[in-house]
Amino acid sequence: MFDKMIYLDNSASTRLDEKVMDAMKPYYFDTYAVATSEFGYSMGIEAKEGLEKARETIASSLAASAEEIVFTSGDTESSNMAIKGVIAALKKKKGEHIIVSKIEDFSVLNTAKNLEKKGYNVDYISVDAEGIVDLDELKSKIRDDTALVSIQHANQEIGTLQDLDAIANICKEKDVLFHTDATHSYMRVPIDVSKTPVDMITMSAHTIHGPRGVGALYVRKGTALEKWMDGGFQEANRRAGLENIPGAVGFAKAVELASPEETEFLRSLRDYTIKRIFDEIPHVTLNGNKTQRTPQNANITFHYVEGESMTLHLDMRGFAVSTGSACFSRSLEASHVILGIGGDHERAHGSIRFTFGRYNSKEDVDAIVDAMKEVVTQLRAISPLFNK
Amino acid sequence: MKFPYTEKVLEHFKNPRNVGKLEEPDGKGLEGSPACGDMVAVYLQVNPDTLVIDDIKFESYGCASNIATASIITELAKGKTIEEAKKITWKEATEELGGLPPVKAHCSVLAVEGLRSAIRDYEEKHGLVSEKEPTTVDVIRSRLKHVMNPMAGLDIVRTELVTKIEVEEGVVRILLDLPSNHQFAAAIKEDLIEKIESLWDVTKVNVVFTE
Repeated sequence: MFDKMIYLDNSASTRLDEKVMDAMKPYYFDTYAVATSEFGYSMGIEAKEGLEKARETIASSLAASAEEIVFTSGDTESSNMAIKGVIAALKKKKGEHIIVSKIEDFSVLNTAKNLEKKGYNVDYISVDAEGIVDLDELKSKIRDDTALVSIQHANQEIGTLQDLDAIANICKEKDVLFHTDATHSYMRVPIDVSKTPVDMITMSAHTIHGPRGVGALYVRKGTALEKWMDGGFQEANRRAGLENIPGAVGFAKAVELASPEETEFLRSLRDYTIKRIFDEIPHVTLNGNKTQRTPQNANITFHYVEGESMTLHLDMRGFAVSTGSACFSRSLEASHVILGIGGDHERAHGSIRFTFGRYNSKEDVDAIVDAMKEVVTQLRAISPLFNK
Repeated sequence: MKFPYTEKVLEHFKNPRNVGKLEEPDGKGLEGSPACGDMVAVYLQVNPDTLVIDDIKFESYGCASNIATASIITELAKGKTIEEAKKITWKEATEELGGLPPVKAHCSVLAVEGLRSAIRDYEEKHGLVSEKEPTTVDVIRSRLKHVMNPMAGLDIVRTELVTKIEVEEGVVRILLDLPSNHQFAAAIKEDLIEKIESLWDVTKVNVVFTE
């Protein structure tokens, strides 16, 4: 039916780069010891060196220092660690109030909801029709007992980028800690912690052609953070559990391989996709902000048709994309992001997210837009809402 | 290739039978609403002497399960009398399709409801509703189960959006746990009135919001 799958769901996960695999391999087969102290045996010392070198690579990507990077099992753990760790450390000193945005990914949103259930106070800040956080509302919601503000850098579904500087400075002025989930912007949109006063940053390797199950949390020196998972004294006693050294090394390699040129390439694929769809398919809406968005994300609603029907037709033709339709999700709930930007069920129902990666090409875009035209026409032909 | 559906579901999804609309249908059913999720329309042409469904068409604004079930339902119903067609169950339709993922049940139920409501429409228009049952709270509740809560993608009864139903001398009063200025208030109200006002003894529908 078709030669290969064209994968355009790179915000869900990415294909591993062979160079990443090559960098990781020695830490599985040769230097497989746990990281020991400097008085341990040589294989452990070498393993430790690999880990620390990886830490330096991640740190320098943010203009941070190495001791400010904690390796984790991914973005979900990083965000849990940041939010639960700060709340635990500051509840007596500062208070039990936290602020998040309404369109956070589940790792932040459900952590906040869980804390709310346990009696903490949570405010959920609104976003505008393009997903941009209301800064006035944020200012007005910060209180004396606010322990933490957690607002994402880039949105997982619609790619909207927040003004990180503005949010960080508001928090700094009000003397509140600020955590951002940068899973979908890391290495695609630069962050410089020497200029932006953000206190914690969630990152993940799986969105940049690195290994799955590896992430990191940047923690600014001096940030009050209680250990939230009990166990050993790894990661300077901030994160218990055996260090995933091959994973950390792979993560660092993925960071080295992500270049500004690649970012521009992804941006060109994104813009070309949006342009062709808007030129060639009627009744479409771009979800998110046109310019303040991640370079790899195009999210478009095709009106009068349902998302899962589109993705299944595309799947049968060899394309992988995702949709915010309730019918596609495990919970059968429509995207909280599309509803959060004031869209109705219909807007979520027909939304398709295209996210690009290293292994995509302009030909892939041409192929999926051509397929999309046929699929949308076919489904609109049987839709009771489409005026034929 | 690994798809989440049976071969038969995929076949009906790719090549749905009896799609389109009848310009002057003898009976028409519309289930679901665009503000809330899936929607299916069923059109019938019925032989007035034999009450056999001569022609049937459907349109769908829905997912694969919805499209495939609607397609199979039209195949099952065509050539049957309306009495026989009424008895086609969701279970029969899904068995015919070789099964559907359980989580998709509500999408496919909508297609069965579409057929039933088209038949009911035919009967109401052609004076075939013999015994007119008075509208009770239970009747209202069962109809409200077809109104979706757009925040959850499930119906407004199951998601406890309906807090109270009162029926008194043709006036139906429905209390919703939703402020009147809510983003979906108007869409829910419209959908809800459409489901209730067609009942023969209902003269007025009042929807009461929390503020």
